[in-house]
Amino acid sequence: MIYWDIFWAFFISNLLGYGGGPSTIPLIQNEVVNQYKWLTLKEFGDLLAMANVLPGPIATKMGGYIGYEIGGVPGLFIALIATIAPSAIAVIILFAFVNRFKEAPQVKWMTKSVQPVIAILLGVLAFQFFLTAFGEIGVLHLLILGLGSLLLLEKIKVHPALVIVASLFYGGIFLH
Amino acid sequence: MRTYWDLCVGFVRTGVTGYGGGPSTIPLIEYEAVKKYKWMTEEEFGESLALANTLPGPIATKMAAYVGFKIKGPLGAFVAIMAHIVPSLVGMLGLLGVLYTFKSSPVVKGMINGVAPVVGVMLAVMAYQFFQKGRQGLASKWMIGMSLFSLCVIEFLNLHPGFVIILFLTSAFVWSTYKESGKTLFTRKQIMRSREEEL
Repeated sequence: MIYWDIFWAFFISNLLGYGGGPSTIPLIQNEVVNQYKWLTLKEFGDLLAMANVLPGPIATKMGGYIGYEIGGVPGLFIALIATIAPSAIAVIILFAFVNRFKEAPQVKWMTKSVQPVIAILLGVLAFQFFLTAFGEIGVLHLLILGLGSLLLLEKIKVHPALVIVASLFYGGIFLH
Repeated sequence: MRTYWDLCVGFVRTGVTGYGGGPSTIPLIEYEAVKKYKWMTEEEFGESLALANTLPGPIATKMAAYVGFKIKGPLGAFVAIMAHIVPSLVGMLGLLGVLYTFKSSPVVKGMINGVAPVVGVMLAVMAYQFFQKGRQGLASKWMIGMSLFSLCVIEFLNLHPGFVIILFLTSAFVWSTYKESGKTLFTRKQIMRSREEEL
């Protein structure tokens, strides 16, 4: 049942991604690429790049697009509902009842305890991207693009969308 | 009707101008909700943000849900979320649609190949930031230990990351509850002792 799978994949990755958007990226990848094999790692990378070029929340862009690819328009809506509805409903319910969780030490430690897992997942994902890129474009282009974008993003603080657009141009000109 | 329109305009604006995912749109949502439309005070916004952070899932849609719900109930929440996500999602479908139509063209293939290392760098930077955050919050030896543990379980034993996350979440919950109850137990003991002394 494809719709159920779509729902489950996005529900679980957003539920476990404690700490907002970025932490859900490796979890979505785990479901979509490793678990259900709907996309290859490379296709997932394309989506992630495009999602970074466009404004707005990442998780809903990824969810909406992948849901659409796999299950058409119903798939799109199911992926969006699975991404948004559980936490949106929870936040409303939580407000209707209490206001005292937010300073609970449990919450602080729970958020911290997830960080090592997310760091590792992101690190492994980055490594896999470098490995496939190495296979596709060779070490020279990989180094130019990798070090170049690191320099632009972190030292010169160029906007990520511009760096991605620049890499698209670089690829269009030098990599075919 | 006017309020729905305002909700819609406000959240479309935050959705299409916030670059870099959910967390970076929060200040924009605050601007619309607090300064422009005065739907809530700054304190209230800060409090709801703190509370929304205690829950899993994307932060921007949680805030949209809360602001919309506060102003206009369930329908308001729906309007705010949709206004926030639909424009960028349509952009995503359009952009990838165009890209994949020309997938067989060598130029587009080159473009896709060119972007992969940049995505790798962005992910590596995020991994580094999470690692640093964790080292500050958890102390280095715990961060390193827990990271190595997750690496072994997820990559070498091939278990679902959810297992490690749930294990860490429950241990953190139990540990911090135990620590807190230890404190109150201690104070209770002190009170008992001081009472005994009084007697």
